[in-house]
Amino acid sequence: MKTTEQFTWNPLHKFVWRVWQFILHIPEKVAKGFKALGGILLQFICSVRDAVVNFGRMFVDGDIWTKLSYLIMGIGCAAHKQIVKGLLYLGVQVGAVWYMISFGWQYLKHITTLGTATKYQVWDEAAQIYRYVQGDNSMLILLYSVMSIILLLVALGLYFSNIKASYKAELCIREGKKPSTIIEDCKALFDQKFHVTLLTVPTVSAFAFVILPIIFMVLIAFTNYDKNHQPPGNLFTWVGFENFANMIWNDPVKSKTFSSLTGWTFIWAFFATFTNYIFGMLLAIMINKQGIKLKKLWRTIFVTTIAVPQFVSLLLMSKLLGDQGSVNVLLQQIGWIDKPIQFLTNGTIAKVTVIIVNMWVGIPYTMLTTTGILMNIPKELYESARIDGAGPFKTFTRITLPYMLFVTTPYLITQFIGNFNNFNVIYLLTQGNPLSLDYYQAGQTDLLVTWLYKLTVNQQDYNFASTIGIMVFIVSAVFALISYNISPSAKREEEFQ
Amino acid sequence: MKKTKKTGSMKLRTRLANGGIYALLTTMSIIWLLPLAWLVLMSFKAEKGAWHDYVMPKGYTFDNYIALFTETDLFNYPRWFMNTLIVAICTCILSTLLLLMISYAFSRLRFPSRRKIMNVGLILGMFPGFMTMIAVYHILKAVGLDQSLVSLVLVYSTGGALNYFIAKGFFDTIPKSLDEAAMLDGATKNDIFWKITLPLSKPIVIYTALTSFIAPWVDFIFVSVIMKDNYQNYTLAVGLYRMLERENIFEWFTRFCAGAVIVAIPITILFIKMQKYYVEGVTGGATKG
Repeated sequence: MKTTEQFTWNPLHKFVWRVWQFILHIPEKVAKGFKALGGILLQFICSVRDAVVNFGRMFVDGDIWTKLSYLIMGIGCAAHKQIVKGLLYLGVQVGAVWYMISFGWQYLKHITTLGTATKYQVWDEAAQIYRYVQGDNSMLILLYSVMSIILLLVALGLYFSNIKASYKAELCIREGKKPSTIIEDCKALFDQKFHVTLLTVPTVSAFAFVILPIIFMVLIAFTNYDKNHQPPGNLFTWVGFENFANMIWNDPVKSKTFSSLTGWTFIWAFFATFTNYIFGMLLAIMINKQGIKLKKLWRTIFVTTIAVPQFVSLLLMSKLLGDQGSVNVLLQQIGWIDKPIQFLTNGTIAKVTVIIVNMWVGIPYTMLTTTGILMNIPKELYESARIDGAGPFKTFTRITLPYMLFVTTPYLITQFIGNFNNFNVIYLLTQGNPLSLDYYQAGQTDLLVTWLYKLTVNQQDYNFASTIGIMVFIVSAVFALISYNISPSAKREEEFQ
Repeated sequence: MKKTKKTGSMKLRTRLANGGIYALLTTMSIIWLLPLAWLVLMSFKAEKGAWHDYVMPKGYTFDNYIALFTETDLFNYPRWFMNTLIVAICTCILSTLLLLMISYAFSRLRFPSRRKIMNVGLILGMFPGFMTMIAVYHILKAVGLDQSLVSLVLVYSTGGALNYFIAKGFFDTIPKSLDEAAMLDGATKNDIFWKITLPLSKPIVIYTALTSFIAPWVDFIFVSVIMKDNYQNYTLAVGLYRMLERENIFEWFTRFCAGAVIVAIPITILFIKMQKYYVEGVTGGATKG
């Protein structure tokens, strides 16, 4: 069934078939995933074992200097005629020890409790006033602990590389060769080891601004860092999975908010993605149709609206569509309506409004990006459809749409994830309003991400914000995984043509 | 889509269809351009306030534009404009450099655990960006960079550099034989990067530079969290947003429109000029998957 019949199917069938196959294979894929995870774990254990064995072997085999570098970093290198390298390693060790004593340890020692001493007042006899004694600060303890652990791991890595370097230099001397000089090492950084040079700065900045914050915020989801536990006045501590439990079933208001907003976020993402996709493509087809003149002008008109910064156009829209906004005034003047339409203040209408305004924002974008791909659709397909007497509507649904779905599935899924996290359109247009009393600090058009933003900035309920963030991450990751699995790779492209 | 009778001659059918399309395109153009036209109109409106019971302004003036640059006590528009420009230029340079370094390393160089590092990058990109805002703020505060323009440059550049997949995909298409030939002539990998790969990657360099230059003009979330109440270091997006807050909107609405027009014009021209590269960048990454 797999091979012969498939050639006679039309592309839409194939697409549906592939989605179905994907769903059928989910259990198998999950099992495979776990197997792969087990493999990675096994590999990790093996590499740790190898490292330990190597660690011991180099100690036994090495000379006194290599042995000494297990204690003092760099001494082996220095003894093996790599003075500068040795000094650098020594510097790392001194720096690491100094860092831990002067800074890291005072935070790291509190990691299990996240601090116990709050700020308190003490009567100062001499000055006759109350003085504040600084207590612990859970937030700083957590942040600096994570930072210290990362730095310690880096130092550990350098420690191993110090032993390896010493051993390598020793082997060189034993074989009667000269160990590499510092100048040669520096040159290697621009040739064989060019990746080290290129990736150092990006890695450091990624650690500082991406990895460290992510670890920190993931950990926050397991604490009670909310508006009632703001250090230094009130400390927070570990609470395990309590936030997740509250979010999903424990707390009636929060779980209701979470489930409703998740539902709306999915509805929004679905409609926002597909309305833009289909109408954007129709627009592109219309502009590129043979015999339509002024193609460039039409395209420029629509591209202009993408180029105008979103915060300008969306803020403007929110004012235009307000209860006393110009659209309502105009409609009333013409006499079509008596009362203003509550474009943004009635929950249900607001939901429709944001989807429609999003079409205003997104259709030109799809038009711009899909034009090139639409041009690539083989002309023969259209020719044969015309001969068979298919009208424009049929041609679109039977040829253009399936072809585009086939080629742009990854793009579509990226768009879906993008809309799932579409902060700008919602926040700048409605700010999530109208507010709902049934919800915990959220309005009816709030997406999960705008709720997260409100909880962070307005409410300072960081623990809930982080929990939502993790949920959003899971959804994005699942869709990205699907996109990766379902997308036609280059080798299967011929199958279509 | 325009439906026509099958009995009509071929020529008439196409004509009717095209006529329908022209009508549709014209209507759509009007709908799409109206809000922008309204923005320009409001920026010249003489009377204050955002809401009236009439649509067309009663009088026109150029004062809104002048006031933006003269009345700088509350809202320092010229300063914000310079802030944004400086941040945009620095981000553009730094982020292009970082991105090219990363994607070149992943595409052309082979080293242990290359795939693993790439996958980690992919996973990190899936966390919602502003979940970590607060942590980033405290980290910046710890090193004394909070509420500064430098911090904005750092954060934007690092965030932009995580999107290395598009540039990497582009580098993958440059034939490896060029590198090998150069290596035979004794070029180091550093030479190859600067003298061979970089000149060949003009489209992707322009795409990266363009997107990272535009980011500071349109980002609103990060600035509002990092800058808090430091008005002097606001960028335009946050500043203009503040103008529309309830207590300011009456006085400042028309000036907001004027300010928005001033921002929108250069960005729009830049984007329209560079749209070819933009499309190449987006679709190149998206369709390759």
